[in-house]
Amino acid sequence: MKIYLELNGKQRYEEVAPGESLLSLLRRLGMKSVKQGCATGDCGACTVLLDGRAVRACTVFAPQVRGRRVTTLEGLGDVDDPHPLQEAFVEAGAVQCGFCTPGMIMVAYELLSRNDNPTPEEVREAISGNLCRCTGYVKIVDAILLAAKWKREGKWR
Amino acid sequence: MEVGLKRRSAVGKNVRKVDGLSLATGRPKFALDIDIPGALVGKILRSPHAHARILSIDASKAEALPGVACVLHCGNVKRIPFTTAGQGWPEPSPYDTVLFDSKVRYVGDQVAAVAAETEEIAEEALKLIKVEYEVLPAVLSVEEALAEGAPVIHDEEDSQGIYDAAHNIAAAVDIPVGDIERGFAESDVTVEEICEIPYSQHTPIEPHCVIAYFDEDGRLVLRTSTQVPFHVRRIVARALELPMERIRVIKPRVGGGFGSKQEVILEPVAAALALRTGRPVRMALDRSEVFISSRTRHPMRVRVKLGAKKDGTLHAIEMEATSNTGAYGTHALTVLSNVGSKTLPLYNKAPHLWFHGKAVYTNLPVAGAYRGYGATQGYFALEVAMDELAGRLGMDPVELRLKNHIRAGETSPIFEKIGEGREGVPMVVRSCALSQCLRVGAERIGWDEKRKSPRREGPWAYGVGMAVSMQGSGITGVDMGAATIMMNEDGSFRLLVGATDIGTGSDTILAQIAAEVLGVPVERISVYSSDTDFTPFDVGAYASSTTYVSGNAVLRAAQEVRRKALEVAAGMLGEPAEHLELADGKVISPRTGKSVTLSEVGHRATYVADQKHIIASASFVPAESPPPFAAFFCEVAVDTETGIVRVERFVATADCGVPIHPKLAEGQLEGAIVQGIGHALTEELLFSNRGRCLNANLFDYKIPSSLDVPDVEVVLVDSEEPTGPLGAKSIAEVGINGPLPAISNAIYHAVGVRLTRAPFTPERVLSALRQGRRLG
Ligand code: FES
Ligand code: FES
Repeated sequence: MKIYLELNGKQRYEEVAPGESLLSLLRRLGMKSVKQGCATGDCGACTVLLDGRAVRACTVFAPQVRGRRVTTLEGLGDVDDPHPLQEAFVEAGAVQCGFCTPGMIMVAYELLSRNDNPTPEEVREAISGNLCRCTGYVKIVDAILLAAKWKREGKWR
Repeated sequence: MEVGLKRRSAVGKNVRKVDGLSLATGRPKFALDIDIPGALVGKILRSPHAHARILSIDASKAEALPGVACVLHCGNVKRIPFTTAGQGWPEPSPYDTVLFDSKVRYVGDQVAAVAAETEEIAEEALKLIKVEYEVLPAVLSVEEALAEGAPVIHDEEDSQGIYDAAHNIAAAVDIPVGDIERGFAESDVTVEEICEIPYSQHTPIEPHCVIAYFDEDGRLVLRTSTQVPFHVRRIVARALELPMERIRVIKPRVGGGFGSKQEVILEPVAAALALRTGRPVRMALDRSEVFISSRTRHPMRVRVKLGAKKDGTLHAIEMEATSNTGAYGTHALTVLSNVGSKTLPLYNKAPHLWFHGKAVYTNLPVAGAYRGYGATQGYFALEVAMDELAGRLGMDPVELRLKNHIRAGETSPIFEKIGEGREGVPMVVRSCALSQCLRVGAERIGWDEKRKSPRREGPWAYGVGMAVSMQGSGITGVDMGAATIMMNEDGSFRLLVGATDIGTGSDTILAQIAAEVLGVPVERISVYSSDTDFTPFDVGAYASSTTYVSGNAVLRAAQEVRRKALEVAAGMLGEPAEHLELADGKVISPRTGKSVTLSEVGHRATYVADQKHIIASASFVPAESPPPFAAFFCEVAVDTETGIVRVERFVATADCGVPIHPKLAEGQLEGAIVQGIGHALTEELLFSNRGRCLNANLFDYKIPSSLDVPDVEVVLVDSEEPTGPLGAKSIAEVGINGPLPAISNAIYHAVGVRLTRAPFTPERVLSALRQGRRLG
C-alpha cells in the first residue's frame, strides 16, 4: 500500500508493506540515524518523534504513520548546521560509540520541548527507556542539562 | 623526549571528539548504514540441542524456495579448524572450532547459514532445513564436566591446542612463587573467600553485523563491526583458505564492543555466503543471538586464601580459578591467566604465592574476551578477601591497601611468570598514584565518618565499602601498533592508524598526540583508521592497548615527520634544524625571530625544491605494560525487608598517567563502573536444565538504565608514565573491576553478610540475611 507521511518537514508518498515496522521504513528511506538495537522495544535506539511525541520505531507499524508527522535525528540538524542538542552532546562528551545517541537526542528533544528547565532527576527519568552501554549516563545527563540551559538563554533557533 | 611536557597545546585538553558531531547528527557511519545494491540477507540456523551429533542435513526444500541463493552447512563446506579469538598470531587459544561442524555443542551453536533475497525468505528457508540429530548427554556445569566419565565435548580428531580434551579441560595454569605452605604457616592471620561470577553479556547496543561485497577488482570487502580488523582478515583467510591479499576489511564506526567484537564470528559466514553466491551479503545478529551465540564473560569461581602478619603485611596469597569457557575455548587460557597476572602484582609484598586454575568446557554458550578479562573475576574474590582480612586484623580496609599495594620503582615476580598464554617479561612499575587515589577517594565519600557509624532508616541499612584494582596497558612483546603521518602541502596532516576506535575516542586522542608533536591544532589533523587496505597494521582495540601502544606509534611517526619538516624549514631559514622550534603551525627561529609557516614548508617540499613527500611511518611494540590503578568507594542502602540493594553513591579515583583527553578518560571510567554495577546487581544469563537460555533479551536481562545507577563520581589523579606517549597509560578496563567487590563489601558493612555470588539479587541478599552471615 502507499501512504502519505510528513518526514522531516517534507511530504512523502511511499510504498509500505502491512507488517513493516516504522524502523524498517525509515532506514529504507535513508534515515540511517534510526538504529536497531533490539527490535523488541527494549533499548530505545530507534526512537523518533511521531507528531512530536517520542516513540520506538520498531514497535510502530509503518502504515500507522499515514498522514502523520515523523521526525528523525536527520530532521533536527546536520554537520554544517547542527541543532543545539547535537552540539551539547558533543560538548559534554556524551557521545562515545554514538549508537544510542540518535535515540537519546530524540527523547531529550521531546523532554525539552515541554520543560526547558528539568532537574537531573527529570532528565534521568526521561531517558530511562533508552539504554546506553558506554557512558554510564553521566555525560548524557550533563549534555541534556547543557542544552536546556542554552534553550533558556535563547540560544536555540 | 623531544616535546616538552609542559607546553602541551593539544594533550590534556578536552578537544572535540573528531567523530562527535557526525555521530550526533546521525551520519551513516556504522557497518549497516550503507546500502549495497543487490545485497542478500544472511541468516544462521542454530542448534536446539546442547550436545548432539548431526546425522544428516537435507537443505533441498530450503534451496528450492524462490529467493534463496544458497545454504551452507557441514555437508558442503570444507572442515578447517580455527579459533574465533581475535588475538595476535599464533593465537594462544585452541583451534577447536570449524565453520559448520557435524556436532553441536550448545543451544545456539551454528548449524547452517542461508543467503536469500529478503530477511523473510531467509527466515522461511531456515525452517525448511531438515536436520537429523543424535542427541548426546549434555554437560551443563563445570562440576559435571570434570566428573569422572563425563561426556567429552571436544572428541574430534582435528582440534589443536586443547590442554586435555578427554577431560574437558581447555586450559590450565599452575604458577607457584616461593613456598605457599610455609607462607601460610608463618602468617598470623589467614582468611579464605570463594566468589562466583555467572554468565554475563557485553550487550553493546549495536549487535554484531557485517556486509560482505566485492570491489571492482573482485576482491572481497568486509565492512564489519569489529574490534580487530587485521585479525579478521587473517582469520577469515585461514577459515576459508583465501589468499590474504584478496580480502579487505573496513572497520567503520562501531556501536560498542567491550570484548564481544574481539571475536571473528559473523565475518567468515558472511564471506562464505558471498563467495558461494558471488553476491553481496549483509548479516546482523538479532539481540537474542547476541546474548546466546556471540560471546559472554567467563563464568568463574575464584578461591582466594590470604595470609598476613599481625601488622597487616600480606605474607602469602593463594588464588585458584575455575573458569567455564563454554562450548569453545576462545580466550580460555589468557582470561584464566589474567585472573592472577592482573591482580597478584598489586600486592607485591607477599613473598609466597600460588596461582592455579583450569578453564573447562561445558555445553553452554561460549565465553570470550570481556572488558576486565579475568581481572574482574580475580578482583571480586581478592578484594572481598582483603575486606575480610581487614576486619580480622581490626584494621581499616583503606589502611590495609595502603600498606600492601605496589609502589613506583617496585616489581612483582608475577610479571615475569605469567604472560599472554606463556611466560611474561620482568617489569618495574614506573608510575603509581594509588596511595593518592585511595586518599582522595576516601575523602570524597566521607569514608572515616561513614565507616564509623553505619546509618539505619526504617528497613534501610546503609554502608560503605571499597576496593582497588589495576590492569595493564597492552600486551608486552605481542601487541603491535603502527601509524603513518603525511603532511599535506597546506601544512595540515593526514594520520593513518590501524588502531580501532570502537567508541572509545581513540581517533581523537591519537590525533591529539600527533597535534602536540606537530605543533598544530587537532583540527589540522584528519584521521583515518582501521582499513586493512589503507592503514598500517594494528592488533586492534583490546587489552587496554590503544593509548599506550598505538599512541606510542603515533608519537614516533609524528616525531619523524616533525624532523623532516624542520629540515625543509632549515633550508628556508638558513639555520640548522636543531635551532628551530615548531608551534602554532609555524617554524620559528628563536635567534633571528624569522619564521615560515607549515604551509610554506609544505608547498616548498611538494612543488619547489628538493621535492619529497613529508611522510613517516612508525611501529611500536610494548616492552612493558604499565598498569593504571584505581580505587573505588561506594555507599549502598540495603532494604532488610525485601533484600533490594541500591547504590547510593559511587566514587572512583584513577591513575591513568597523563590523561590525553580527560573527558574521554572519565567517560571510560563512568561507563565501566556502570557495567560493573550491572554485574553486581542484576546481570545474569539463566538456563533451563537442558541448557536453553531463558532471558536472552534486554527486558529480562537487565543492564542498568539511567534510573538504576547514581551519578558516578570520578576523579583522575595524574601521574606521569615515563614510557607512555606524553605520559599516558590505559583507562578502558580498570574501572570494571571495582564495583563487584566494593558493593559486596559495602553490603557487608551495612548488614554484616557477605555476598559472594553475583549478582546480589534481592533473593540472594534476603537468603544471606536469613542465614545470618554468608551465602556460599
Ligand atoms: S530497536 Fe526499537 S527499542 Fe530497540
Ligand atoms: S554511546 Fe555507546 S551506547 Fe551510548
